[in-house]
Amino acid sequence: MLDLILQQTINAVALGGTYALLALGLAIVFSIMGMINFAHGELMTISGYTLMYCGLAGVPFVISAPLAILAAAGAAVMMERVAFRPVRNASAATMLVTSFAVAAILQILFQNLIAKRSKPVMIPDVLSESIAFGDFLIGINKLLAIATTIAMLLFLNWFLKRTDVGIAMRAAAEDFPIAQLMGVQANAVIAGAFALSGMLAGVAAVLWVSQRASVDPLMGFVPVLKAFIAAILGGLGSLTGAVAGGFMLGFIEIYLTAFLPEHLLEFKEPIGLGIVVLMLLWRPNGLIPAAAIGSQKV
Amino acid sequence: MLKVSGLKVAYGAVEAVRGVDLDVEQGELVALLGANGAGKSSTLNALVGLSPLKAGRIEFLSEDIAKLPTEVLVRRGITLSPEGRRIFASLSVAENLRLGAYGRAERDQLDEAYDQVFALFPILKERETQLAGTLSGGQQQMLAIGRALMIGPKLLLLDEPSLGLAPQIVETIFELISALRDRGITILMVEQNVAMSLDIVDRGYVMAGGEIVAAGSAQELKASNVVENAYLGTG
Ligand SMILES: Nc1ncnc2c1ncn2[C@@H]1O[C@H](COP(=O)(O)OP(=O)(O)O)[C@@H](O)[C@H]1O
Ligand SMILES: [Mg+2]
Repeated sequence: MLDLILQQTINAVALGGTYALLALGLAIVFSIMGMINFAHGELMTISGYTLMYCGLAGVPFVISAPLAILAAAGAAVMMERVAFRPVRNASAATMLVTSFAVAAILQILFQNLIAKRSKPVMIPDVLSESIAFGDFLIGINKLLAIATTIAMLLFLNWFLKRTDVGIAMRAAAEDFPIAQLMGVQANAVIAGAFALSGMLAGVAAVLWVSQRASVDPLMGFVPVLKAFIAAILGGLGSLTGAVAGGFMLGFIEIYLTAFLPEHLLEFKEPIGLGIVVLMLLWRPNGLIPAAAIGSQKV
Repeated sequence: MLKVSGLKVAYGAVEAVRGVDLDVEQGELVALLGANGAGKSSTLNALVGLSPLKAGRIEFLSEDIAKLPTEVLVRRGITLSPEGRRIFASLSVAENLRLGAYGRAERDQLDEAYDQVFALFPILKERETQLAGTLSGGQQQMLAIGRALMIGPKLLLLDEPSLGLAPQIVETIFELISALRDRGITILMVEQNVAMSLDIVDRGYVMAGGEIVAAGSAQELKASNVVENAYLGTG
C-alpha cells in the first residue's frame, strides 16, 4: 500500500507539474493583459507536430525537444502580433472571443494540412524504461517530467525576480500605466509575456508527448482546459497560485484514478471537478489569489 | 523648458481640462493649485500621456511631445510621481527603484542614482528588500519620489506629494522638494496644502473648473485672495 501511494505520488507530481507549467503560461498572459488565451493549447499542438516532423526527419530528441519549445514560443509571439495586438484595448469579451477564433483556425489548419487523426511521434526508447528504486519502479519519463518542471520553475523564478524584463513584467501586471511611466515598453513586455507563456506550453507539450508518443489536432485542448481549471483553483492571475493549482489538480486526478472504488471510476472527472468546486466555495478567489486582481490592464 | 498651450483633457463627454496654458522655466519650482476636481491631476497626467489628451500643444525643451507615448517621454527626461503614490506594492523597495531607472540609457550611472536616492531617503536603504506595500504612507511617498528620481529627470512632476501624510512627515517632504530644486531639478507640483506650497515655490497657477483662473509669483498669490476663492468655488 505504501508503495502504491509513493508510486501514485510520483505520477501526481509529474502530471501536476505539467498542469502547473501550462497554468503558469495562462497566468502570465492573464496577469498582464487580462486575457485568457484559449489558443494556448494549440501552442502545445504546434510543439507536438514539431516533434513528430523532427522524428520523421531523423532529428535526435535532444535537438527536436528544444526546437519544439522554440516553435511554441515563436508561435505565441506571432499570435500576439497578428491576433491579439489589434484587440489589446478592446473589451475582455472581445479578447476572449479572439483567442477562441485563433484556436479554432489553428485546429482546422492542423486537420487539413497535417492529419485529422492521431499520428505517432518517435520518442527515444530510454524514456519508456523504468528505474528500480528498491521495490518499486519509476518511469524515466516521469522523472524527466519532474526534473524539467523543477528546472522551469527555478528558471522562471530567477527570470521574474532577477532580470529587468522579468521585474518589468511583474510591475506591468500590477499597474500597467505606471510601468509605462517608468519607461517599460508595452509592446515589448507583452511580447515577452507571450514568448514566456509559449515556451512553457512548449515544455509542457514535450513532457505530454513523451508520455503518450502521439499527437493529434486537438491534443492541446484537454491539458489546457485542465490548466485553466488549475489557474482558477490557484487564483486567476497569480503565478504562485497557478503552480499550486496545477499540482493540486494533478494530485486530485491521480489519486482519484488510483484509489476510487472500481464502480465509481467512471465518475472520476465529475468527482474531481466537484472537489475543485468545493475548494473554490471555501476560497472563492483561489488558493493563493493575485495581489492586485482587477487592477488596471493595458 | 515646458510650454503648454490650449491643453484639453476629456474623459468621454466629461471635459476635465478646458484649455490650459502654462509654462515652467529651467530650474523653477512651480505649483499648480486648486480645489478637488479642478483638473490638476488630469493636467499633469496629460503631460506624460496618462490622461486622454483632446487638444493642445505640449512643448518640452522646444519639441512638441504631445503625441509621444508615455514610455518614450520618460526617456526625454520628464517624469511624474503620481497621485496616490502608485508604487508597485508587490515588488520590493529595491525593485521599485530599479524600475524607476528602466528607461535610463546610461546604465553606468545607476549606482550613482541609487546612492543619491538613498542619501535623500536613508530609510529606503534600510527597507531595501522589503515589499513596498508594507511601507508606511510616508515611506511610500519617499519611494514614489525616489523612484521618479532614478531616471535623473530634467522635469519632475509631483502630484499631491503630501496627501494623507502626518504633519511632521509633510514638513519633511516639503523640505525635500526645496532641496531637489536647489539641486537644479525643475519641478511642477500639484498640492492641496496651499500655505506650505507658497512658502517654497517660485510661482503658482490656480485652477478651477478645468481652467487657469490666476497665476503669479508666490508673493502675489499669497497677498491676493484668488487662491482662497478658487477653493471656495467662487473664483
Ligand atoms: N479617469 C477618469 N475618468 C472620468 N473622469 C475623471 C477621471 N479622472 C478624473 N475625472 C474627472 O475629471 C475632473 C478633474 O479631476 P482631476 O484631474 O483628478 O482633478 P484634481 O486633481 O484637481 O482633483 C473631475 O471631475 C473628475 O471626476
Ligand atoms: Mg488630483
